[in-house]
Amino acid sequence: MTTEQLHEWMKETYQLIQDNKEELSALDQEVGDGDHGTNMNRGFQAIVEELPNWAGESLATTLQKIGMTLISKVGGASGPLLGTGFMRLSTSFKNEVNWGDGLESASEGIAKRGKAEVGEATLLDVWSAVSKSVREHGLDWNRVADVSRDAMERTKELEAKRGRGALLGERSIGHLDPGAVSSDYLFQALARVMKGADDECRT
Amino acid sequence: MKKLMNDSEQIVEEFLQGFITVHGDSLTRINGTNVITRIDKVATKVGIISGGGSGHEPAHAGYVGPGMLDAAVAGEVFTSPGADQFLAAIQAADSGSGVLLVIKNYNGDVMNAEMAQEMAEAEGIQTEMIIVNDDVAVDDPAKRRGIAGTVLVHKITGAAAEAGKSLAEVKQLGEKAIQKMRSMSVALSACTLPSSSKPSFSLATDEMEVGIGIHGEQGMERREVMRSAEIAQLLTEHTLEELDENGSYVALINGMGSTPLLEQYVFAKDVQEQLEKRKVTLKKMYVGDYMTSLDMAGVSLTLLTVDDELLQLLHARAKTTTWTEAGNDD
Repeated sequence: MTTEQLHEWMKETYQLIQDNKEELSALDQEVGDGDHGTNMNRGFQAIVEELPNWAGESLATTLQKIGMTLISKVGGASGPLLGTGFMRLSTSFKNEVNWGDGLESASEGIAKRGKAEVGEATLLDVWSAVSKSVREHGLDWNRVADVSRDAMERTKELEAKRGRGALLGERSIGHLDPGAVSSDYLFQALARVMKGADDECRT
Repeated sequence: MKKLMNDSEQIVEEFLQGFITVHGDSLTRINGTNVITRIDKVATKVGIISGGGSGHEPAHAGYVGPGMLDAAVAGEVFTSPGADQFLAAIQAADSGSGVLLVIKNYNGDVMNAEMAQEMAEAEGIQTEMIIVNDDVAVDDPAKRRGIAGTVLVHKITGAAAEAGKSLAEVKQLGEKAIQKMRSMSVALSACTLPSSSKPSFSLATDEMEVGIGIHGEQGMERREVMRSAEIAQLLTEHTLEELDENGSYVALINGMGSTPLLEQYVFAKDVQEQLEKRKVTLKKMYVGDYMTSLDMAGVSLTLLTVDDELLQLLHARAKTTTWTEAGNDD
């Protein structure tokens, strides 16, 4: 991944979040307090606005700045969780861009910060599924997009064990986890940007 | 939904500006942050900070001042502030004796506060955290939310710090209060987020929601609306269940934002009657909007078992924009 691709990834993600802001908040109203769309939009808007100031920074430094911006601008639980994910990617990519290692480290960081496990209907389910898929099948971006979407959709059948959704207990079954949905946007955007780059290389 | 505001995205910023416009004689805002702190920083005492999402006013900025908090952080509405904001509050409150973070039990608040603690420790600032989880509406204690009882913990830890106790002692007193305190709420109508066009849930004119939190999330049970005396009985029963039947208590009656004091005092009288019926000793009652949920209508009851030590800390001198005590000796 080049820094240009990282910038594109952020812009593409912001576009998806902006387009689905209301839907994200509506999902959050079912299981939480209804502000996930607003919070994510605020965070990615801040990132996209800062991108020009980060031109010339290394990949690792840019990822670290993205992480810090998410922590300070998104707030709530999603801010520190996604922020931790990007900080871990930054550390991992300092020496070598290895998506298998980077995503695994990011998933571990998110699990630790949120004291969560896979299968508790959170954004960790999506990060972990993508990480596992890249580890087992390599960088097949179509597969990444599919795996991410499947993991996101599965949160609907699961009982939420973490976050405010957990207060609903069994009543949370039947609702998508809003954090899993926004993380899926992140990986759909990533797959799209990286696939585009692969196609360009081939032609 | 009509709201007295200019721009929903600027509402917290404009609240902070207004707050300092009014209270700038004793409080200040740290530049570039959402942290409200005391102007007259005490040279050597344990710092006490709190914070969380906005929408719970007067919590938490209203409790900054001598005898209570040294700094409070305001996040976006119902959203935990980021770790960088908690760190700024810790730095402002530290005078070399360490800082206690009083945090309500929500994943976001706890995560951001923990990250801030790690950052503060890297700077050599000693910190401890206590997590308030007074809401008995949730069965599993690990998942219990922090609600209005948090304010009593502000008062107790604030007074202990003011009295010169160490970080470990202040923490221990805060934990003692948390252990002996339970709360529960009902909503008569839901709240509406500034950024939203509709309420967080809808209640028919003859319904109420039992066991709500302070974020407009749905409660544990929906039932036909009851009279104040019946609600007092229901909440007293649930909060007392896990507490010492023979203890002495203070009770905090908290309005959720849209409940008139007229009704809150009716409810206070009903709670007093419930406690008297159970031969429970009531030492002191507090009534008012202490920890609100935007424009929600409803009330919460907090019962805290007190001994002489806790009672003395509750009565100790305090001077904040919301809570003032003359002190034991005056």
